[in-house]
Amino acid sequence: MNKKIADPSIPKIPAGAKFQRWFGRNLIRVYMVIAFTYLFIPVAYTFAFSFNDAGKSNLIWKGFTLRNWQNPCGAPDVCSALANSIKIGFLATLFATILGTMIAFAIGRHQFKGRSTSNLLIFLPMATPEIVLGASLLSLFLVFKINPGFWPTVIAHVMFCISFVVVTVKARIASLDPRLEQAAMDLYANEFETFRRVTLPLVAPGIAGAALLAFSLSFDDFIITNFNSGTVITFPKFVYTAAARGIPAQANVIGSGMFFLALAIVIAGQVVNRRKSR
Amino acid sequence: MSFDASSARGDLILTRITKSYGDFKAVDDLSLTIPKGSFFALLGPSGCGKTTTLRMIAGLEEPTVGSIHLGETDITTTKPYQRPINTVFQNYALFPHLTIFENIAFGLRRRGVKDVDAEVNKVLNLVELPHLAGRKPTQLSGGQQQRIALARAIVNRPALLLLDEPLGALDLKLRRQMQIELKWIQKEVGLTFVHVTHDQEEAMTMADTIAVMNEGQIEQMGSPADLYDNPKTAFVANFLGQSNLIKGTISGNDGDSLVADLYGQKVSLPKSRSHATDNSIYAGIRPEKFRISLLNTPVSGNVLSGGHIEDVSYIGVSTQYQVAMPWGQELIVFEQNDDGVAPFKKGDAVNISWEPIFTFALRGDEDVTAGSEVNPEVLDEE
Amino acid sequence: MGKIRTPYLLLLPGFGFLFTFFILPILNLAQTSTQTPVGGGDTGQYEQTFRFQNYIDAFLDNKEQFARSFIYAIIATILALMISYPLAYAIAFKAGKYKNFLLVLVVAPFFTSFLLRTVAWKQILGEEGFVVPTLRSLGIIGQSTTLTSTSFAVVMGMTYNFLPFMTLPLYASIDRIDPRTLEASGDLYANAFTTFRKVTLPLSMPGVVAGTLLTFIPAAGDYVNASILGSPSTKMIGNVIESRYFKIVDYPTAAALSFTLMAAILILVTIYIRKAGTEELV
Repeated sequence: MNKKIADPSIPKIPAGAKFQRWFGRNLIRVYMVIAFTYLFIPVAYTFAFSFNDAGKSNLIWKGFTLRNWQNPCGAPDVCSALANSIKIGFLATLFATILGTMIAFAIGRHQFKGRSTSNLLIFLPMATPEIVLGASLLSLFLVFKINPGFWPTVIAHVMFCISFVVVTVKARIASLDPRLEQAAMDLYANEFETFRRVTLPLVAPGIAGAALLAFSLSFDDFIITNFNSGTVITFPKFVYTAAARGIPAQANVIGSGMFFLALAIVIAGQVVNRRKSR
Repeated sequence: MSFDASSARGDLILTRITKSYGDFKAVDDLSLTIPKGSFFALLGPSGCGKTTTLRMIAGLEEPTVGSIHLGETDITTTKPYQRPINTVFQNYALFPHLTIFENIAFGLRRRGVKDVDAEVNKVLNLVELPHLAGRKPTQLSGGQQQRIALARAIVNRPALLLLDEPLGALDLKLRRQMQIELKWIQKEVGLTFVHVTHDQEEAMTMADTIAVMNEGQIEQMGSPADLYDNPKTAFVANFLGQSNLIKGTISGNDGDSLVADLYGQKVSLPKSRSHATDNSIYAGIRPEKFRISLLNTPVSGNVLSGGHIEDVSYIGVSTQYQVAMPWGQELIVFEQNDDGVAPFKKGDAVNISWEPIFTFALRGDEDVTAGSEVNPEVLDEE
Repeated sequence: MGKIRTPYLLLLPGFGFLFTFFILPILNLAQTSTQTPVGGGDTGQYEQTFRFQNYIDAFLDNKEQFARSFIYAIIATILALMISYPLAYAIAFKAGKYKNFLLVLVVAPFFTSFLLRTVAWKQILGEEGFVVPTLRSLGIIGQSTTLTSTSFAVVMGMTYNFLPFMTLPLYASIDRIDPRTLEASGDLYANAFTTFRKVTLPLSMPGVVAGTLLTFIPAAGDYVNASILGSPSTKMIGNVIESRYFKIVDYPTAAALSFTLMAAILILVTIYIRKAGTEELV
């Protein structure tokens, strides 16, 4: 009774065109599903095997257990490696962010001789293969009879993180409307007060982002660390050496934990941003 | 030599200011006095140096040569935060990370003023936006932002308030409304306003005195009526409204008037409105002063005959005619449509007449196209 | 604004640090590369002999690994580009309000440790994983073929691990394209394919260049993927350099190899940039 009778005066879309439209729209969607699945396979695997009741060798599925999550430091050396990575990461982030932000302000705010050379110098470490960065730094340390270890690792991390901090903060500075600082001076703020009350708060998100980037680069670094850490074990180093005989499930727990933590931070950051602009 | 000039008061005096960027002179040997308490406009096309002049007054740029005085105090080398001068920026420049209240309070806090709350609320009431105190600038409309930018400047009771094309981003109706409000606020608060704009209607609506600028220099300064009725250069004649400029020669003298010969036809003009330096002139008449009449109608005053209507444009309030004259020039005539439909059609043979006192004369060697180009700032973004 | 001295003061600490711990080490490495072992001395003792022959020796002894490194890196870069471009395009143009969410989703997997991800692939592609037995039972691969310890696995690992370095710059560039230019192209009689070829692709070139550089350069020097997912027959130049430091102590050769690697990368990158024609890198 409710059947729609086609109105003959409305022109019909040919079936071929309809299919083409459906195909085009859904092809992209299908591709995205495949691509994201591919991206997440190792993550899902790592997460799944964090529940494996595997003992020392986490290669074959033996059974589901929550014990690994309840006792993430159960396997020997896992938590000390994690602690080292966090300590090194924190220190490297601190110094790289301070030094890098200063450079970013210098290059981004002032015209001076040697500006383009400075840009080049910042770009070079990013373009150099990690193995060369690590090996050359180790060579230097050896010349000065400094043994690889904790502080050489921190130094190495600061070295390769500075460039990323500079690029990130510089981008944020570039998007700052110079008239805001002029308005501040017009309203009786001297140079220092202008920086403190207008410039810094507006650049702060960029600095925070740079710090986050530096920390993740440092935490995840293997090659440069491998050359310069000597007997100090970081988390990536631990995984590398344990890879042959099987990584303890606790490492999976920590890896998954970091994943969720980082995801939470990023999503929280997005939510805060969206709320700010509402 | 910077010092705190925040107690300086008086007229603003610019003496022989030049601002050069390499070989290019943005402002060229400019001297100007802005009387205390007036509403002053700097009017000119983009690139004429008006914004640069404003920024030098604010202290955001330093003059290459020359001095700036506020009353008796020489403020040329003082920093912006040492001058009792505040600016309303073109894009408002409200601090996005501060609330409206804190934006307005910013200058008060830097100066250590005690009762911030009372002052901020007073000025929020003045601009009729007290309910927005807790919001952030991005949550406000353009018109609201503009008023807050104004409030932020006014709350500091500066000796001078500078406005850098503050109404440019607003739509037409809102702009007209703000023009009237700004005028009212200026009279109410009693501050000296210096308003920079490329919109001649805006300048004429709001200002007591207008300085027309072109290529770094002031072409003419005076009240809106002075500039409109008695322009001294082709630039001013063309930039403010429209003008008909007809080449001719002065052929005689008649008491207070001069007699001029325009392509064989004689007209008279008042001596007080002639800026010619010799006998070669351009006679200038505003389009609304012309009267069109058909050939057998009686006319009085100055008459130019032999015209043919080339184009008729009906604009509701008025009708714009283009009349081709025998010497090849097309004159523009505005006729008010106060008695209904336009009586003239394309092709009609007509005479043009007007009252002699409405004639002005410019030097014969003037560039008649000066000031008449399409205003590039309409297309520009700043 | 600001005194003339300010920029230099700001730069001093950071550049001082970079000079000491980046420039100086590289110079030192250059200096090491021309040394030779002290005759009759302990291992690890070298003297400066300006032996440029080191470079020739290093290159000839390892030309197979050099070639392999570059081939793997190029293949991985191309694969990464092919995978990332449609992804970046989809997020930029077809995602609507999910744009930011999808971007986070692209980067999220790389919050897990790079080592863990690579080891995960090793186990997924290994005998105990699910991929190999499935493929075997479907008859796609033979009973005796394995996926780990192969160049396939190494390249696959590299492609996977460097994906975000390709996707993000690509996305940034594609996102900047004004969709109205694509509409204009259609208005001027171009079909979808032509629009892509003549409008989208050229406009996204800065992103393509940035992405390929950020992928290729680290990939060429990588050795972790080769180490975990490969075998002695898939050794890359990175593996060689590493072993010359830690297994067979031979610093001059390691240094020479490092510089040769850098030089090769530099040459390839310069040729590439000339051809692609963009200047702004940072």
